[in-house]
Amino acid sequence: MGEMEELRKEAESLKDQITAARKTVQDTTLQEAAAGITAVGRVQLKTRKTLRGHLAKIYAMHWGADSTLCVSASQDGKLIVWDSITTNKVNAIPLKSSWVMTCAYAPSGNLVACGGLDNMCSIYNLKGKDGNVKVMRELAAHTGYLSCCRFLSDTEIITSSGDCTCVLWDIETGTEKTIFAGHLGDCMSLAVSPDFKFFISGACDFTAKLWDIREAQCRQTFSGHESDINAIGFFPNGNAVITGSDDATCKLYDLRADQELNTYQDSSIMCGVTSLAPSVSGRLLLAGYDDFNVNIWDTLKSERVGVLAGHDNRVSCIGVSSDGMACCTGSWDSFLKIWN
Amino acid sequence: MSGSSNLVAMKKVVQQLRFEASINRVKVSQAAADLQQFCMQNAMQDPLLTGVSSSTNPFRPQKVCSFL
Repeated sequence: MGEMEELRKEAESLKDQITAARKTVQDTTLQEAAAGITAVGRVQLKTRKTLRGHLAKIYAMHWGADSTLCVSASQDGKLIVWDSITTNKVNAIPLKSSWVMTCAYAPSGNLVACGGLDNMCSIYNLKGKDGNVKVMRELAAHTGYLSCCRFLSDTEIITSSGDCTCVLWDIETGTEKTIFAGHLGDCMSLAVSPDFKFFISGACDFTAKLWDIREAQCRQTFSGHESDINAIGFFPNGNAVITGSDDATCKLYDLRADQELNTYQDSSIMCGVTSLAPSVSGRLLLAGYDDFNVNIWDTLKSERVGVLAGHDNRVSCIGVSSDGMACCTGSWDSFLKIWN
Repeated sequence: MSGSSNLVAMKKVVQQLRFEASINRVKVSQAAADLQQFCMQNAMQDPLLTGVSSSTNPFRPQKVCSFL
């Protein structure tokens, strides 16, 4: 009994130490520091393409590295690989389980992955010999739903799950290489750093965690949100993290200052953030909300600079292509839209 | 025994907090300056920020057929 009480006291004391250490380096705020720079002005993007073909809610999309192909997952039980420029369907992959919640495109373009309420991450080879797309591996070990997955390469993938853990898998052997445990709630989203050394996870315990992939260690934990974190992404230079939450706000946390630098919110926005993506310079943050819109924020000045209105239902996923040329939104209205 | 597994879990929590407390932190002024600098340096290469002219926009319908 005594030891438990001592440990609890030490934990509280360490939390206070962290709060104090963060305050010590807080010699200004990002908004103050950015006061002098030119405002972005109104950002007006137009729908350039509408990708039609799914028959039910779209839950996830991910751009391929070539900025042309992208993959989407719908609860109609299909994974579709699209050529976003011609709007042609390059592949339409039927899934064993239609309860899909996430999908990912490997950087090589050879593989795609998906998963959901089946608790598994299924890997598909797009470049099989006979031209048929088949399941290559089924990664099964999570005891909760698969909320997100991201490839490190053709041989490694990271998954996040409703079982509160994230896992690094060896795709060839189909086994878990590392289990990242520490979150106290369902892990909802993950993003890999530009140098592939770290990843961040957002969870229903209202925190985001930064993980060192090879050291298998949680390095930093960021709090401040008042509800589940549904979406997470890296600022393009890899030094900051952006989160989106059911509390209707997005937050920017700097990794080196170890603290929140900005909150993106407006009293008129009262619904949850479902998805987010920064533009390639990091100056714009595009975030999808439950109210069917995407809001565009100036990340430095924390002002709303645009709205993308075009979907007839919740925007569930969003992605900016790697050359920065376009933003793709996916919705429960079954359509994907390409904007720039 | 649930008592001892709670103790093990709590020790891990404390160990993790010790680790997180020990990291070096950079001043917010420095972090903010670096974020701003990155945005400025890459602004011109950000098509969503600068806008895309129809002649260079791969998603704009072409008026003339072009060979790929």
